[in-house]
Amino acid sequence: MITGELVDRVRTRHPDLVVARDEATVVVDRSELLDALRELRDDPELALDFLSSITATDWPGRDPRFWVSYELSSIEHRHRLRVKVGLSEEDPHAPTVTGLFPTADWYERETYDFYGIVFDGHPDLRRILLPDGWEGYPLRKTEELGGVDTRFKGAFMPPVDRRTT
Amino acid sequence: MSAETGPRVDQADLAAAGEVRQETMIINMGPQHPSTHGVLRLLLELDGEEVVSCQPIVGYLHTGIEKNCEYRTWQQGVTYVTRADYLSPFFNELAYCLAAERLLGIEAPLRARVIRVLVSELNRVASHLVWLATGGMELGAISMMLYGFREREMLLDVFEAITGLRMNHAYIRIGGVVMDLPPGAEQRIRDLVPMLRGRIKEYEDILAQNPIWVDRNRGIGYLEADEALAFGVTGPMLRAAGVARDVRRDEPYCDYETYEFDVVTGREGDCYARFEVRVEEMKQSLRIVEQCLDRLEPGPVMVEDPKVRWPGQLEVGPDGIGNSNRYIAHIMEGSMEALIHHFKMVTEGVSVPAGEVYQPVEGPRGELGMYVVSDGGHKPYRVKIRDPSFANLQAVPSMVAGGLVADVIAVVASVDPVMGGVDR
Repeated sequence: MITGELVDRVRTRHPDLVVARDEATVVVDRSELLDALRELRDDPELALDFLSSITATDWPGRDPRFWVSYELSSIEHRHRLRVKVGLSEEDPHAPTVTGLFPTADWYERETYDFYGIVFDGHPDLRRILLPDGWEGYPLRKTEELGGVDTRFKGAFMPPVDRRTT
Repeated sequence: MSAETGPRVDQADLAAAGEVRQETMIINMGPQHPSTHGVLRLLLELDGEEVVSCQPIVGYLHTGIEKNCEYRTWQQGVTYVTRADYLSPFFNELAYCLAAERLLGIEAPLRARVIRVLVSELNRVASHLVWLATGGMELGAISMMLYGFREREMLLDVFEAITGLRMNHAYIRIGGVVMDLPPGAEQRIRDLVPMLRGRIKEYEDILAQNPIWVDRNRGIGYLEADEALAFGVTGPMLRAAGVARDVRRDEPYCDYETYEFDVVTGREGDCYARFEVRVEEMKQSLRIVEQCLDRLEPGPVMVEDPKVRWPGQLEVGPDGIGNSNRYIAHIMEGSMEALIHHFKMVTEGVSVPAGEVYQPVEGPRGELGMYVVSDGGHKPYRVKIRDPSFANLQAVPSMVAGGLVADVIAVVASVDPVMGGVDR
């Protein structure tokens, strides 16, 4: 849910705010991410103090290739705002926001796990849902579905479409 | 633990001598443990009976639902997301379908919206009953486990009559619900509500007057409102800490703003407050169910647009929902155009305009959000499930630190995590 006050207020700092389908989105540079999120959180008229989720999307062949999105909402004002950061393929690094929102801990680990995006300064950036020794970042579009060998009774089985018997 | 096996030494003497016992013990609780709700693993550092630190380790039930969704049509996505948090399948379907509908710019018909609320609230009761049953069992109230699952089974029987399946229904579809309520379902639910209301009251009495239950829960697992919000905790856990945040009220969907219900909050923020909040929520859900039954008017349950609605005429068969024989005869023998249309809609499906939405709904465990991105094609470009259990689990370490190892059980039970949703 968005309100006119939210849009006007955010637009003073982020003129490129986009409103679509009742959702407001701003794009910030990663060097400004922490300052922007802190401002949005601490401004009493916005009070975007609750981080619902962090995730990413992968657009191979485009620049920036990765978009990391932060879903913010306000407990008090009941409005939402999405903040997005674009990251290039060669340098998929973003600053961690765990200092502002402790809940970001696992969300950043998950995004790292699935997309290989490194959150600089994260206290414990390890894989979270996949096994520690996993190779690759499976939610990248360049990774195929089911394209890994499966261990079964000590041996490795190829994926279904590559089995010969 | 040499300190235990050696001769007894007074701790005060040791401290005076500058030799404080430093050893702690690391133990794994889970991933295969009857009290950790599925395959949650807790790495506990213990000093005797006291928990020094706790690290939840998740991922044992990762099934790649989000990746799979990117390789299926929009309609098929429903059958994937419903399997994430397997105790709240209707909520997963609802969030996904609402997100897709917002991208399409359509809205489900009135009757479908009422049915969605109806099944969601019944699902909330069923989910809370499982929490009550397993939570009771873990703290020694075995009869509660039997009762809770008994009543849940009655609800699952209703779901089975409506959708053909006990779980993972894929009943809510893009544009409405897959088919109307079967004859007699309304009366059946109407009969069920007073019975459930009476049973829930009984369970509340059984547990609230049980000194063991009260002692094991009261004052255990405190989570203050500020801390809960910082950890991204939502749902009954947050409301038990006194924050009246409920997506149904704050960002209404499916006409929730027109239903009368109370957002139940507690004050203490401990395990007992969560128990009280969830029990009260079940009663509120039954209130909403009755309002739904009063509102049900005959009408379509799916949008008319042939480019969105599923082409078949479906009916509940012995193994779930399938095409009716009459419809099969129509497309196979009656109409070539109907066959072409059916083929297109089944293989290619609905095409969704490019864009992104984040759609939250209030699940039994909190804010269940779907971040759905379309690139304009016939498959979702990205489906991210913001599962409430995932965030809620992050608060466990701070809730159990400094407490006793036995209280870890009570705390995890009060969080009510469902690993299918956490690991997706």
